[in-house]
Amino acid sequence: MAERSFASEVHKLTLGDGQEFRGEGILAITKALLQSGVGYVGGYQGAPISHLMDVLSDAQELLARLGVQFSASASEAAAAASLAASIMYPIRGAVAFKATVGTNVASDALANLASSGVTGGALIIVGEDYGEGSSIMQERSHAFAMKSQIWLLDPRPNLPSIVKAVEDGFELSEASNTPVMLEVRIRACHLHGSFIAKDNKPPAFTLRQALENPRRDVNRIVLPPASYLQERDKIARRLPAAIEFIKSRRLNEVFDGEEKTIGIIAQGGMYNGVVRALMRLGLADLWGTTRVPIYVMNVTYPLIDDEIAGFCAGKRAVLVVEEGQPDFIEQAIGSILRKRDINTALSGKDVLPMAGEYTAEVMLAGLRAFLAKAAPDLLTDRARAPNRPNVADDPRVRALERVVPPRGPGFCTGCPERPIFAAMKLVEKELGPHHVAADIGCHLFSILPPFNIGTTTMGYGLGPASAAAFNVPAGKKSISIIGDGGFWHNGLASSIGNAVYNKHDGVIVVIDNFYASATGGQDLLSSRADNRTRSTGHPITKAVEGIGVHWVRQIDRTYDVARMRDTLKEALSNSEPGPKVIVAASECMLNRQRREKPLFDKAVQGGERRVRPRFGVDEDVCTGDHACIRLSGCPSLSVKRTDDPLKDDPVAAIDDTCVGCGNCGEVADAAVLCPSFYQADIVYNPRPLERLRSRLRNAIIGFLQRRRARRHPLTTQAAPA
Amino acid sequence: MSTSSGRAPLDTTRPLSIAIMALGGQGGGVLVDWLVALCEANGWVAQASSVPGVAQRTGATVYYIETLSVPPAARGTLRPVLGLMAAAGEVDVVVAAEWMEAGRAILRGLVTPDRTTLIASTHRAYAVVEKQTPGDGIADPVAVFEAAKSCARRLIAFDMAAVAEETRSAISAVLFGAIAASKVLPFARESYEAVIRSAGIGVEASLRGFARGYERATLPLDRWQDERPAVRPALAPVGHAAFDALVARARDQFPAPCHDMLAAGLARVVDFQDVDYGRDYLDLLAGLLALDRSIGGEARGFALTRTAAKYVALAMAYDDVYRVAELKTRGSRFSRVRREVAAAPDQLLDITDYMHPRMDEIAGSLPAPLGRFIARRPRLFRALDRLVNRGRRVRTSRLGGFLLLYALAGLRRFRRGTLRHQTEMAHRDAWLARVREAAAKNYDLALELLACRRLVKGYSDTYSRGRSKFDRVMAAAKRLEERNDAAAWVRRLREAALRDEDGAALDGALKTVESFL
Repeated sequence: MAERSFASEVHKLTLGDGQEFRGEGILAITKALLQSGVGYVGGYQGAPISHLMDVLSDAQELLARLGVQFSASASEAAAAASLAASIMYPIRGAVAFKATVGTNVASDALANLASSGVTGGALIIVGEDYGEGSSIMQERSHAFAMKSQIWLLDPRPNLPSIVKAVEDGFELSEASNTPVMLEVRIRACHLHGSFIAKDNKPPAFTLRQALENPRRDVNRIVLPPASYLQERDKIARRLPAAIEFIKSRRLNEVFDGEEKTIGIIAQGGMYNGVVRALMRLGLADLWGTTRVPIYVMNVTYPLIDDEIAGFCAGKRAVLVVEEGQPDFIEQAIGSILRKRDINTALSGKDVLPMAGEYTAEVMLAGLRAFLAKAAPDLLTDRARAPNRPNVADDPRVRALERVVPPRGPGFCTGCPERPIFAAMKLVEKELGPHHVAADIGCHLFSILPPFNIGTTTMGYGLGPASAAAFNVPAGKKSISIIGDGGFWHNGLASSIGNAVYNKHDGVIVVIDNFYASATGGQDLLSSRADNRTRSTGHPITKAVEGIGVHWVRQIDRTYDVARMRDTLKEALSNSEPGPKVIVAASECMLNRQRREKPLFDKAVQGGERRVRPRFGVDEDVCTGDHACIRLSGCPSLSVKRTDDPLKDDPVAAIDDTCVGCGNCGEVADAAVLCPSFYQADIVYNPRPLERLRSRLRNAIIGFLQRRRARRHPLTTQAAPA
Repeated sequence: MSTSSGRAPLDTTRPLSIAIMALGGQGGGVLVDWLVALCEANGWVAQASSVPGVAQRTGATVYYIETLSVPPAARGTLRPVLGLMAAAGEVDVVVAAEWMEAGRAILRGLVTPDRTTLIASTHRAYAVVEKQTPGDGIADPVAVFEAAKSCARRLIAFDMAAVAEETRSAISAVLFGAIAASKVLPFARESYEAVIRSAGIGVEASLRGFARGYERATLPLDRWQDERPAVRPALAPVGHAAFDALVARARDQFPAPCHDMLAAGLARVVDFQDVDYGRDYLDLLAGLLALDRSIGGEARGFALTRTAAKYVALAMAYDDVYRVAELKTRGSRFSRVRREVAAAPDQLLDITDYMHPRMDEIAGSLPAPLGRFIARRPRLFRALDRLVNRGRRVRTSRLGGFLLLYALAGLRRFRRGTLRHQTEMAHRDAWLARVREAAAKNYDLALELLACRRLVKGYSDTYSRGRSKFDRVMAAAKRLEERNDAAAWVRRLREAALRDEDGAALDGALKTVESFL
């Protein structure tokens, strides 16, 4: 069950001809798939693609009605491999994942798919996680498309263009027997907009028909000599077919302008940014009218040489707006112009940065620099040197640089992963630092304050594999982390099997929180929940033992910090050969709250007895040293100033968002911090007998408290008899 | 000059741009959904974008909306090309769901005097780097206020978390009310409320929050108001003869500038032990006052005496087992816990205290000869430690747990004879001797040495680390004593010591000191 329910969005997928769809980009793509008669969809979650997977997962009834098969793939490789169904059969298939991490994982299958070629349209939707908010290495999918001869679409970032790109993509794929990659940037995926819908189409040829009438053609299998023929076919037949289709269907667009002597060539995804920058320079308006001609590449691979040559011919200078590095497109355009002896000056990465996101400021500066060089007369004095006072020069603003704290992501309130790293920090204090190989997932937040644990991250499910070299006799062992998501993605073989086979005696901590949490709480093989459409409940310990690990410990309550610490110490001191695997399992608190809180509220409203634990700090006892926070970082454990004039420093305080996970108390105990923490169990709808007992108890306790208060000089007046 | 002259001028319509700065999990997405629905319901075109990614896990994140009115007739043919991200200098409305996020928007250049209305909540959700500092790492809110006043065309700011709590709604609802009141969008209030209603979740609470937010937004914020003005307790009688005599003595004997700190200090030490202990405290301070007078303290507003009143009280009211037991069993504590966890009157409350006494604390609590006997025998000490050193969860709200702590608290009358008391007093006296010695030569240095007491806090390991930092700063102070800038250096060392747990900053500062000594 995913973190966000899309049940209310599902009905948008049923909109018919002429109705207006309003919603997020990623949902628009989903709707476009159904309008295109897709036969099967697969994919692997991860921002910005998760919502596509989640909404499909919530829309399974609708998919079944339409005859669309949906797989929640085990990995991007599995998703890409599923496109094999389109090699021999005229079935449209689509897969989605985040790029470039997903394309990396999928590249084996993608390369094979591209070599074989397809009969049915095959669409690879990649959420390009680049720029602000990205969580991965900054690379481009472009290289994957080029190396495998996959066509790359990069539509203008508005819903109608994106939807059209999905429809065009399938046709292009079929017309050229080549898989097509549709690149959508992170902001476009989460863009709210609208488009006019069409009716959904059931697939023309079904998977069932394919299964019952299998076909094969040895020339489509990647093995010599077919593989040599396939490479030639890519160049001799598929590429020209694609170019012809792109040209005839005008997939790329020209927005002409009066200033014919210059021009801008932009990736489709850059279009809105280019127009906005031109608008700020007084050369375009909000409706897309532009003085400077723009050639928009909705297809960024292959380039259409004739179109580019035609656009550049007669122009003094063109600017290529191509985000990211290397400058594949700019180089290709240079080559086109040179070979055709077109003397248009080529600008691009000389005025725009080679690396990094083309934000609004970057785009404005780049275009201004280009125009200042190529057509200085076009810029008004104001546009050339804006006279607006820069707020950044204000000393009061500059002072903020030292004030505003960085605020990266972190573990949620009550996260079960927090105590694992608290325990690791305690072990570090006792035994010194270890080499810790981190992995991808929420647990990677351990590298940030307050934990500062983890040295490297090499890819999803590769944490323990990335410690493989540290398999030598030494005074310390390596520790590696892997989440349940990474474990099932490929970690079981790449990380655990690898360590077993190579007799690596490092410590491996598998963080099992019952979901793929970082991507939005999707279920996976070891999820505990009953999932109607998937098979869950397969324990990680069984898999680990099955692959040959002898030393396995399962901890079912990660909040037991002392046990977590002691188990880690035991693993670190064990001298048997082979990996020591600790499966630290507790449910993701975000998901748990989402599941349990409505039930709790309902029970309480129905008059049932329920106990809600939460934690607090006695401000009189707390001395404000914040040692507890350095072992927690929980959003609900914060600091506050007190009225006590004797206290210089703020004391710790727990706010009402506390979910009572117990980490504070456990840490205070395991780390021997201080006696400030208390657990308050609030009993809702207590039973009569319980109430009576409590009243008696409180009578005695209250009597003693008042007696002592009366004897005390400062409270002698305040305490009633 | 302009080549474009003589051509049809470009349309100059601009969309209204709204940037929303929020923390992951704060409901920024809800606010965006409301705003988009509001604009669309009023016939405007709206485009919203965001980059949730990992930032949704408690990190800072920005949502962005562009919206404008497009005549219905033109909607099929005329589609605006809207931006996907906020650009410096191009934002009409910046909404910040937390005060430092308002600061971040200003730093990013999103708030400019020519066009930006800044609507921000002044409450704080402290970042980890602010919270984890051993000292006071809280960022200065006034700096953000000053910058906001200087950069925003209009500033609407108040504590929206408080309003949300008061109305049992969410900050997003209060912000939505403030946006409505700001009139940055030309829509009627009813239209906003209709959007909340049609969203269908928590409607009543959201409408309450919206209404209060709307009201509050109309009050100007001209001056930054500290949420907690400094408390200055009065030296006043409480109705207990012996204590009131001490109060009278303090008022007579000490100059007025010291009275507030003396009131706080006297109350603390008497609360810690008894009236006699309060007398000891005043005796000690009387001695320091005499010294203060003799070295021209009057001209300094008796800063030495006032500072000593604060830190001597802290040194005398140290945190031992008896003190903790006492604080945990008080009636006032029970009612405070009820308040803090917001338990309703008809709900029962069980309190469990997390304690972890070690042999160190136990030995300290024993009569000094016995404590010392054990402390001097490491093997015995370790054996006993194995016996006692474990986490103990005491159910203070149940009779068993309560009586245990209550009885323990009652033993405080024997405190003066404990090993811990003797150690603490010896430490206090050595420290004050150093202060006295320095005072004669360098008044400011004496003040700084007094303030070094701030380093001694926490329990067990944290306490030991604090003590060790204290000792290192005091040792360095000794070597700096003859220099004119000794006070400034001691302050720097103390501040460095409070910056991180392991004392890395202090090590660095000490190295600097070494370099010129």
